[in-house]
Amino acid sequence: MTRKQKRGVLIGGGVAVLGLALILVLFALKDSIVFFHTPSDIAEKGVQPGQRIRLGGLVEQGSVVRGQGTTITFKVTDTLKDIPVTFTGVLPDLFKEGQGVVAEGVLDGSGGFKADTVLAKHDENYMPRDVAKALEAKGVKLGTSAHPGQLKAEMP
Amino acid sequence: MIVELGHFALILALLVAVVQVVVPMFGAAVRDERMMRVAEPAALSQFLLIALAFLALMHAYVTSDFSVLNVAENSHSTKPLIYKMAGVWGNHEGSMLLWVLILALFGAAVAVFGNNLPPTLKARVLSVQASIAVAFLLFSLLTSNPFLRLDPAPSDGRGLNPILQDPALAFHPPFLYTGYVGFSIAFSFAIAALIEGRIDAAWARWVRPWTLAAWMFLTIGIAMGSWWAYYELGWGGWWFWDPVENASFMPWLAGTALLHSALVMEKREALKIWTVLLAILTFSLSLMGTFIVRSGVLTSVHSFAVDPARGVFILAILVLFTGGGLALFALRAKDMQAGGLFQPISREGSLVLNNLLLVTAAATVLVGTLYPMALEGLTGEKISVGPPFFNMTFGPLMIPLLIALPVGPLLAWKRGDFLGAMQRLSFAFLAALVTIVAAFAVEHRGPWLAPFGIALGVYVMAGAIIEWANRVKVGSASFEEVARRATNLPRSAYGTLFAHFGIGMLVVGIIATSAYREEHILAMKPGEKVAVGGFEVTFTGVERGRGPNYTEDIADFAVTRDGSPVTRLQPAKRLYDAPPQPTTEAGIHASWRGDLYVVIGDAQPGGGYAVRAYFNPLVRFIWLGALIMFLGGGISLSDRRLRIGAPSRTRQALPVPAE
Repeated sequence: MTRKQKRGVLIGGGVAVLGLALILVLFALKDSIVFFHTPSDIAEKGVQPGQRIRLGGLVEQGSVVRGQGTTITFKVTDTLKDIPVTFTGVLPDLFKEGQGVVAEGVLDGSGGFKADTVLAKHDENYMPRDVAKALEAKGVKLGTSAHPGQLKAEMP
Repeated sequence: MIVELGHFALILALLVAVVQVVVPMFGAAVRDERMMRVAEPAALSQFLLIALAFLALMHAYVTSDFSVLNVAENSHSTKPLIYKMAGVWGNHEGSMLLWVLILALFGAAVAVFGNNLPPTLKARVLSVQASIAVAFLLFSLLTSNPFLRLDPAPSDGRGLNPILQDPALAFHPPFLYTGYVGFSIAFSFAIAALIEGRIDAAWARWVRPWTLAAWMFLTIGIAMGSWWAYYELGWGGWWFWDPVENASFMPWLAGTALLHSALVMEKREALKIWTVLLAILTFSLSLMGTFIVRSGVLTSVHSFAVDPARGVFILAILVLFTGGGLALFALRAKDMQAGGLFQPISREGSLVLNNLLLVTAAATVLVGTLYPMALEGLTGEKISVGPPFFNMTFGPLMIPLLIALPVGPLLAWKRGDFLGAMQRLSFAFLAALVTIVAAFAVEHRGPWLAPFGIALGVYVMAGAIIEWANRVKVGSASFEEVARRATNLPRSAYGTLFAHFGIGMLVVGIIATSAYREEHILAMKPGEKVAVGGFEVTFTGVERGRGPNYTEDIADFAVTRDGSPVTRLQPAKRLYDAPPQPTTEAGIHASWRGDLYVVIGDAQPGGGYAVRAYFNPLVRFIWLGALIMFLGGGISLSDRRLRIGAPSRTRQALPVPAE
């Protein structure tokens, strides 16, 4: 092989790998990302049932009902609108009424939300940033300051 | 008083660092030996001053001096001593202090052990290293000063997040930082070489041990973080593709590539320009990681909000060093001589493929990590990019990498014999085939691709052994000859054996536990049973207990297998005193077959408890594989041939948290 051909192989290989990666990334971005919405967003934007989303807001006071087995229902509110959520499983440590929560799953078509993952992170005055920002955008006064100190956030 | 002393030492360190940037760089330009020599005492005193500052802060933590804002916000008088000490880096300000401490440590190590470096190169390396220190010391002093006082002092502190009060987590930041900040040395060498305008095989020989040291600590640091997440977060996962994890994983991928390209450069003088670029990129990814974690741009669960001044400052540092480094590269790289030639099928060719795939993989992780932030910044739309994205993009890139991994070392430099390598790998192919058949026979559940994935891991493990066997001539020489060759084989060859074997184990663990994991979520009352992973787990009840700074509900599970008792598991839910926050403690029974993993949730009406029980097959292979890779790095580092550039003693000079 001449020097030129060798360089051709190298460049060709590089372009092929990068091209493959680009195609994979574009497909993955199309199919596997999940949008984040508050209950009001869902009403406004008309999110379709069956589409996988993240629902964020506060757990409404007094709305948590532990049913038979491990199924739990609660309402997620942004103080303007609320959506009932059903979840089967064990809630995270920091799940609490009146605190911020992010549920991942799908709308069930009858106004409810079926979550397969529930995330909650909290101390007295910490709120997931998604939730805090979304709530503030809806004009909800939080009256608390965000405080650093979450999980692996302490890693570099 | 001691706190002020620490604060003062930190300011002094900044001044010393400024001197260390200016004087040696100028000295190297005018060939003034005395000015170049300033770099060494400067690097040492800079390190000692930062160490003093660090010890002063630790003293404030250990004595619970709540007149220091940082201590009051992150510590508590009832916290066990070990977590008071670890609490120093369990927060933003303290962890940045650890960051600069390790940065200065690497600089001091080059000053002490880099005796055989050409004087101008050494002066320039230390000068560049100090310029990074100036940037981060300024960042620390101006935006994240851990020594600020609080008046009046509160009677007690707010406490350390209980999730962080755990040995694996408490001690993994020093390892992780040693890894990721350690790549700064590769960066400094690259910039110094670009300034010198000269680069050769010797350069790679000097850089490689430092990169290797950084790489092995990053490997074990990431593994410790993953191990912690596995048992502490209570859902049995070991990797979440969280931005914080990605932040340390991207430099790992690039650093692994750098390690391999520096090898080509050292042995064959090829890939010189690429290696320099990679050294700049690897440290840039470390800076990017620092930016992602320390600036508050995160939007995932692990996110936190800090004031934007910090984010802008780190972004400025990132732009300055990455941009400056790349600009210098663009100016100078074209003057460098291209190195040795090689055929595509050769050792060099395989290492180019390794680099191509690793760097592309790092790029996909970067896209997945930054895309949500960019999208939110541009459109306000909030999205999350989770495991599905990374499984679709990162995963497919790893398959060719793993297939090629055992082949590369069997090819000769310059021009390799592909068919010969295939022949020598026949045992590895056989092992893979047996694995596929066995996996299908044992497990009928799970995706049909899983046995092939496990076989890929076994093939890599077998390939690593074949390469070693081949070098010591197992099967073709007498026993004495083999033993003699095995003892005379350079330690770096054993390092390769361990590192590649470890990767194979890791792959086996990842695929097996992802594909064949068993999960049960149920409500249990005392006396009830559940069958998990071949075990019978009986819930016997819950008791209340009291730890040093928490109360807990401890559940008790009797575990039997085929009727005979195996162990008792005691998962718990803890409530810490300060801050009052619950945590989940998993009950884990580990075995070679896999982990039985039980956690309890909330009490149910009627006396039951929500229980999650998992069986994670071969999950230990993941961390064991990483540990073997770490050991491989250490063995390779102790190789006498590598000691030419920088001796293995860097490992002993690690920051040992003082009393």
